[in-house]
Amino acid sequence: MLAYIIRRLLYAIPILVGVNLLTFGLFFVVNTPDDMARMQLGVKRVTPEAIEKWKAERGYDKPLVWNAKAQSTAAFTDTIFFSKSVRMFAGDFGRADDGRDIAREIGTRMGPSLAIAVPTFILGLFVAISFALLLVFFRATPLDFAGVVLCVAMMSISGLFYIIGGQWLVSKVWHLAPISGYSGGLDAAKFLILPVIIGVIGGIGASTRWYRTIFLEEITRDYVRTARAKGLPERVVLFRHVLRNAMIPILTGVVVVIPTLFMGSLLTESFFGIPGLGSYTIDAINAQDFAVVRSMVFIGSALYIVGLLLTDISYTLADPRVRLQ
Amino acid sequence: MSFQVVVLWSDALLFVLIAAIIGLMLWARRQDALRAAWGRVARDGMAMSAATVLAAFVVVGLLDSLHYRARLEAQPGAPAAATARYAVEVHSVLDALLADLRQRSEKTYSAPLATHLYSKEALADSAQREFPRLKHGGAHLGADLSGHEFDIAVRVSRGCAGGMAIWLLLVAAWCRLRGVEVIEMLKVGAGGTAIRPVVLTLLPILLLLGIAISLGGGYHVFGTDKVGQDVLYLSLKSIRTGLLIGTLTTLVMLPLAVLLGILAGYVGGWVDDVIQYLYTTLSSIPGVLLIAAAVLMMQVIIDTHPDWFATSAERADARLLALCLILGMTSWTGVARLLRGETLKLRELEFVQAAQAFGVGRFAIMRRHILPNLMHIVLIALVMDFSGLVLAEAVLSYVGVGVDPSTISFGTMINTARMELAREPMVWWSLAAAFSFMFALVLAANLFADAVRDAFDPRSSA
Repeated sequence: MLAYIIRRLLYAIPILVGVNLLTFGLFFVVNTPDDMARMQLGVKRVTPEAIEKWKAERGYDKPLVWNAKAQSTAAFTDTIFFSKSVRMFAGDFGRADDGRDIAREIGTRMGPSLAIAVPTFILGLFVAISFALLLVFFRATPLDFAGVVLCVAMMSISGLFYIIGGQWLVSKVWHLAPISGYSGGLDAAKFLILPVIIGVIGGIGASTRWYRTIFLEEITRDYVRTARAKGLPERVVLFRHVLRNAMIPILTGVVVVIPTLFMGSLLTESFFGIPGLGSYTIDAINAQDFAVVRSMVFIGSALYIVGLLLTDISYTLADPRVRLQ
Repeated sequence: MSFQVVVLWSDALLFVLIAAIIGLMLWARRQDALRAAWGRVARDGMAMSAATVLAAFVVVGLLDSLHYRARLEAQPGAPAAATARYAVEVHSVLDALLADLRQRSEKTYSAPLATHLYSKEALADSAQREFPRLKHGGAHLGADLSGHEFDIAVRVSRGCAGGMAIWLLLVAAWCRLRGVEVIEMLKVGAGGTAIRPVVLTLLPILLLLGIAISLGGGYHVFGTDKVGQDVLYLSLKSIRTGLLIGTLTTLVMLPLAVLLGILAGYVGGWVDDVIQYLYTTLSSIPGVLLIAAAVLMMQVIIDTHPDWFATSAERADARLLALCLILGMTSWTGVARLLRGETLKLRELEFVQAAQAFGVGRFAIMRRHILPNLMHIVLIALVMDFSGLVLAEAVLSYVGVGVDPSTISFGTMINTARMELAREPMVWWSLAAAFSFMFALVLAANLFADAVRDAFDPRSSA
């Protein structure tokens, strides 16, 4: 098991290197730092000095990958590639355009992001699986059909509508929760309750339908027939047998998401004014702060790889037949 | 000629796509298996009704894809032989059809069917600030507004009657052509044909169309937005953007996904390793971030090369296409993985081994024996992705990495309207219109996609 984990972690390195090269290519080769400077400073009236100053402030004035002027290893280290891309592996993300250290910013913003993402995730999972089991219990009845139609309809509604509509209804008409904002400690709960509920409702349609398909596939298996033949009530068949055997496909889709919960939700956080990583990313995109976007891409893919690894490990927990080697 | 035809890149691609779909349909008619599968779709009432709604959207989108530049009036005194000059603005046939809606703009917000502006203004002839009358909405009523509701009721019923009449005419013509009794056709109950859900869906569409035309002649049916543009016009224009993003993206993605998926599955070895590495790397980057990064970079390119585009419409079009390209590049990984897995299974089947034993070349096997057996996955992916992409456009435009702000789309509509919810009284109509149109489009696409999946997926037909 340990050997397997170590080997998988080693596999992750070429992927992270690939992500790194890709973002490097996207941000520095497709467009030169000069282009970026010109865009940020305004295309028309920009002097060469201003561009040089902009580049120097951000450390973009070095050569791209090979510094011919420097000696020995410095020829490699004193370049944009090394200072901006390679150092990300050491957790050094540099500074944002407003001069703050990105790594520290990420550390402080992770809390609010998790405070929203974790309850939404757990509650959403619970609600969707319960609904799906309910639909499967009443399969091939009008209730099942109505449930599926409702799911498709809910899937077809834009996520933006859930947020905008929810904010309007709950905060503006009913005055039940503050419309947006955040505060530390236990006070946060009153700000979190609305985004969490909206997040859960917005996700119900697609996930219920997905779990229903998984359960329906499982329910035609022989062991289910055997269980029924033994005289077990349908309730026990569903919860004890079907749910447990459906764990593998469920885990495949679910565990991958867990580490990326750190990244927060772009839409929810920016609509509700929550100072998490999602709103940080959106602000960076709007302000065209390339350093922050690059860092988030790197962190996001690292977390995704961790998620893949966790998925494999979770298989062994759910299904004792799975051996990792 | 009084106009110059303009073919934007996205128009050309859209027409190529339509031609390809028609060609494939003709081809599929001759294939027994495909005809049987599509027959299952056609017998599904919900699917046919969804297809009718989709077709209505596609017609609007296509009308909006025939672009032209109007010829400018010759300068008085200019020599008659002078070369014709054309307007800088690019319009579409839809713009021409809706010229009334487009040109009758107000000063700022006005509620649906309103006769007065949303905000008070100081009028010249009175001391107080009052709601000024709209320039166009309800202008035909004159000074006496007591007939406002009555006028609306008359127009609605007139629209309904018109829609109903056209529908009856169409039904009668169809029945005459096919030699069916009209009553037989409309009878509710068992024994339905493929055409009946279509006919029944056509009725509400035509009724809504009739009402919209009849009301739109005198009012702003969905109100006006901040700069006084008619919201109905904006919603109709948004359809094309949504359709383009939903279809062109998959078109970009498919060749890549199919080629790499099959290669990885069939050839195996280092090719498999490289392709797997490629798609694991790409899919490990969170989608929105990769798209955002790519779009930011594309914006830099477009901004630093203003000389590439003759008109602003061309620039907006290039940005739309680039967005499709980026979405396609980031979304091919899922389909490629599916196709690779399926190819791995097919590779071991007898008919492929027989082909190998006969000495058929690798690429011939992939093209002739593997690819046709994967087409159902490709088709299912194509229809399933469509609705997701339409929804994604709105989110991306909100994040600021969507279409050009000058392109009318559901995303830009929602984005400009969402700040107005805080106003008192609330400005809800732009949002409501954008969300309802989007909901209708996506719901129809989802229902149709479900039917297609059920008909083509060998697992679900069992």
